[in-house]
Formats: sequence, structure tokens, C-alpha cells
Amino acid sequence: MSQRLRLWLLAVGGAGVAALLVAACLDLPAFGGRRHPYGERAVAASLARHTANTIASLNFDQRAYDTLGEISILFAAVLGCLVLLREARDEHRAQPQPAEVALPVRRYALIALPVALLTGLYVIAHGQLSPGGGFQGGVVAATALHLLYLGADYRALERVRPLGVFDVCDALAVSAYAVLGLAGLLAGTAFLANTLLPYGTFNTLSSGGTVPLLNAAVGMEVASAVVLLLAGFLDQAVEIEEERGS
Amino acid sequence: MADAVIVVALLLVAASATAAVAQREPARQALVLSVLGVVLAVLFTVLQAPDVGLSQLAVGSALTPLLIMLSVRKVRRQARAKDRAR
Repeated sequence: MSQRLRLWLLAVGGAGVAALLVAACLDLPAFGGRRHPYGERAVAASLARHTANTIASLNFDQRAYDTLGEISILFAAVLGCLVLLREARDEHRAQPQPAEVALPVRRYALIALPVALLTGLYVIAHGQLSPGGGFQGGVVAATALHLLYLGADYRALERVRPLGVFDVCDALAVSAYAVLGLAGLLAGTAFLANTLLPYGTFNTLSSGGTVPLLNAAVGMEVASAVVLLLAGFLDQAVEIEEERGS
Repeated sequence: MADAVIVVALLLVAASATAAVAQREPARQALVLSVLGVVLAVLFTVLQAPDVGLSQLAVGSALTPLLIMLSVRKVRRQARAKDRAR
């Protein structure tokens, strides 16, 4: 295909997408209006299943299949990054020198670490009740762990972060999500259908049927994936060096 | 009243996004990006989407700048090692 033909194809496709987008936008409810056709139906469905946070109900119940795709994408993306960032044949590991940390930085990091970690775990645990959930809490908990790199040094971080365990947790969490979906099939309904467990009392930690379980699986997956991703980047930035003269 | 807050949040987003583009030094750009993440999180919260705001806060203002800073450090270290080898 010549350059020109390709550009023409791109222009036609782009114009088509733009026309469809404009047509769709013209039909949207007005900004700040009172009519929310989708929102009203989603809230009704989430209340029927005793899930206080409608977003959690959307993510892990009404569109749980969509979330399965999303966590698979995250899993594959992190796997790809780790393969690219691994130690290659012409590289070697240098022992990083312990660096001097300014006292205020050290103090702040060591005070903020437990608070941030607890906040992350709280957000994961209350995903079905309040804003947040597995994804947000997982990222917060995983990045909180890295305050140890600011407050102490890289070796301290490596000690509290056994990468093998996080590898296994990442894979286990993704499979747990799929297995919870299959459990619905075995129970005689549909894949990822929220009919397996009792819906519980509204606005308590155990409410919402399978929503808290799927939420916890996503939290575990995201936290381990972020820790592994940052470990790959940190290894490259701090430890791995190219061989001289190659 | 609510409209005024939305307008202020939008203006803050526009200002910090412009600053992120105008800054040409990658390490500083990462810092501006993290400020942009916080301002965007405020905007989403004002627009009654606290869930998206939390994601933006965690990813946009902590994770992405951290990954950028680490990449910058790796690239600089490599350049320094090559200078020394010469």
C-alpha cells in the first residue's frame, strides 16, 4: 500500500469516527441535568443486590466480565515489562552503595509509610461500601511500600519485598477472579453472575454477594503487579549496569 | 456556587497541564505531572466522581511520575558510564 493511499484511508476512518462521536455527543443529556438514564438503572440494580458503592457494583457485578478483561490486560502488560527489564546477558548487577538520607526525609517517610499502607488496605477492604476499591487501594498500598526506599535504602526495601511471593500472589489473584467466575457456572447460573452468595445486610463489609471477593482479588493483583513493575524499574535504575567495553 | 468551583478546578487543570508541556526537563516534568495529577483528582471529585479521582491520585500523581523519574535516572547513569569509558 502506498503512503498516499494509507493517508487517505486514515483520513476516511478518522472522519467517520469524528462524525459518530459528534453525533453521539449531541444526543448526551445536558451537563449538570437531572436526567441520568444509565445512572438510575445502575443505582437500582446495585441497591437490589445490597451493594452500597454503585461503582463497585458496576465493576464487579454488572460488568464483571469487563473487569476480567482489564485485569488480564494489566497482568499481560506487567509481564511484558518484566521480560523487557530483566537482566540481559551483557549486563551485571552492581551492589548499590548506601546513600546519606536527610533526616527530615527519613522521618517523614517512616511516619508516612504505615499510614499510607493502612490507607491502601482500608480502601481495598471498603471497596464495596465507599469510593475506591481494589485498583485504587492496591496502587496506594504498593507505592506506600516504596517510601522505605526514600526513608532507608534499597537493601531495606529488598528485604521487605520478596519478589517470588509477589509473583505468585499476582498469578493467584488473576486465577482467583476467573475461578470465582467459573464457580457461578458450576452453581448453575452464568459466568461471573452474582448469584452465588447471599447479598447480606446493606452497608456492611460482607454485603454484595461476590462483589467483596472479586474486589479483594483485584486488590491483591494490582498491589502485586505494581510492586513487581516498580521492582523491575528500580533494579534497572539502581542495580543493573551494562558491561564495560561491550 | 458549585459552578464556580468547577470553573476554578478546570482553570487549575489547564494551567498545570500547560506548565507540564512548557517544562522541557524530564525530571522536573515528572514533578509537574504529579501536581497535574492532584489537580485532576480535585476536578473529578468536584464533578462527583470520587472513584475516578482516587484512581487519578494513585496512578497520576504517584505511580507515573515515579516510573518517569526511575527511567530518567537509568538513562543518565548509562550516559555517565559511557563518558567514563571514553
